[in-house]
Amino acid sequence: MKNKYSIFSLIKNAFSQHENWKQAWGNPEPKKEYEAVIVGGGGHGLATAYYLAKKHNMKNIAVLEKGWIGGGNTGRNTTIIRSNYLWDASAGLYDHALKIWENLSQELNYNIMFSQRGVMNLAHNLQDVRDLKRRTHANRLNGIDAVWLDTKQVKEFCPIINTSPDIRYPVLGGTLQRRAGTARHDAVAWGYARGADAMGVDIIQNCEVKGIKRNGDQVEGLDTTKGFIKTKKIGVVAAGHSSVIANMAGLKLPLESKPLQALVSEPVKPIIDTVVMSNAVHAYVSQSDKGELVIGAGTDAYISYTQRGSHDVVEGTLKAILELYPIFSRMKMLRQWGGIVDICPDASPIISKTNIKGLYFNCGWGTGGFKATPGSGDLFAHTIANDEPHKLNAAFNLNRFVSGDLVDEHGAAAVAH
Amino acid sequence: MFVINCPYCGERDQSEFSCGGEAHIVRPKQPTELSDDEWAEYLFMRKNIKGVQFERWNHTHGCRKWFNMVRDTSNDKIHAVYKMGEKPPVI
Repeated sequence: MKNKYSIFSLIKNAFSQHENWKQAWGNPEPKKEYEAVIVGGGGHGLATAYYLAKKHNMKNIAVLEKGWIGGGNTGRNTTIIRSNYLWDASAGLYDHALKIWENLSQELNYNIMFSQRGVMNLAHNLQDVRDLKRRTHANRLNGIDAVWLDTKQVKEFCPIINTSPDIRYPVLGGTLQRRAGTARHDAVAWGYARGADAMGVDIIQNCEVKGIKRNGDQVEGLDTTKGFIKTKKIGVVAAGHSSVIANMAGLKLPLESKPLQALVSEPVKPIIDTVVMSNAVHAYVSQSDKGELVIGAGTDAYISYTQRGSHDVVEGTLKAILELYPIFSRMKMLRQWGGIVDICPDASPIISKTNIKGLYFNCGWGTGGFKATPGSGDLFAHTIANDEPHKLNAAFNLNRFVSGDLVDEHGAAAVAH
Repeated sequence: MFVINCPYCGERDQSEFSCGGEAHIVRPKQPTELSDDEWAEYLFMRKNIKGVQFERWNHTHGCRKWFNMVRDTSNDKIHAVYKMGEKPPVI
């Protein structure tokens, strides 16, 4: 890779007051034709392009992004990474991603600040305890690290949690995945963009797709705000806007797009060194390296493409946070935002071919796509390059809604992502 | 977050309501004769429109009655509210 980042390049650039760093990726105009075009310049889309170029030797490809790269859900999530899913298919998919995360900074020569600080999921009632214990056993059978903690161990692992038996939803225990953690979400998009650009991928920002041209069952190209682009392979990774793109090709998807909210507090000194999630009270919290508490709320219960979300959802989440962590009662919240997530009926993603030749979809990640970014890109690239799914994403095909072979992670996988 | 004009109760906060998704999906008349594709279409496939959408709502924390609504999902602006069984307005 040209312009490799290292201690030497840092020292060298220090002599010129850091004013001569090269741009990490280019700003090309679209060519007339590409071997493949990826729609959506978020983490998943950029990772797809990166692996298409790196593993499948497809260099003449473009990523189209209607805004700026990483400005959608990649920059809006709460950065949590874990793989403790119940079903075998999901365990395979998410742990594939987690294994790539573990070496990603080295591979990309870009610090994505991956931090395996552990993710703890709390149980608040007898059913939670049974479900989470079952999930722990399932995880271990799939080779995924997971331990069950009783209330005392939860308190030891994260001392600021209120484990009093008197609260409305007392903490009866929890599961812990130590390999899980967080990463700097923007850096993931930037790192993949830089890596893909270095291999010749065109990253085209401010270019919105307006239509998909078909000749019978085969795609022929895309109408965009920067003109027509000819291609025989289109990979759509448009998250909340997947249905909008699908409609352009005359396709319907089993998705509903809803706003999912998150918020951060004012920065404080280190107080919580892990990620704690709770399904029953629907709140989760971690602390960023800047010191802000990063808090995730739930989705609004109606379809909306407004990147806002309702106030009552945030209010409910903060009530739960305050009951579990009374120490936060005087913290001020600084920012709140929403991202549009595409939710599948079984809360599992779709990484699949469609019945239109050359049209592929990677969507339906719903409220928890960030954690899968590298694995999703790798498997989607495989699917596009070979016109066949990899064995790890075979179960996540679009046809499962016809066959009934759903990967039902709703309620099974701590879906309060 | 917005205010909904319930056709039975009048204006109430959206948090009192729950959304039942896309409206006017016709329940199959002969369920036993449906193919797998038709079942998938009925159960799972949704238009998920960005723009003007017809949808069902229930006043869960109020009169508990179902009704239909026309709403622009790109800005949450409500264009019309009408009772179940009434003809959808032309927007």
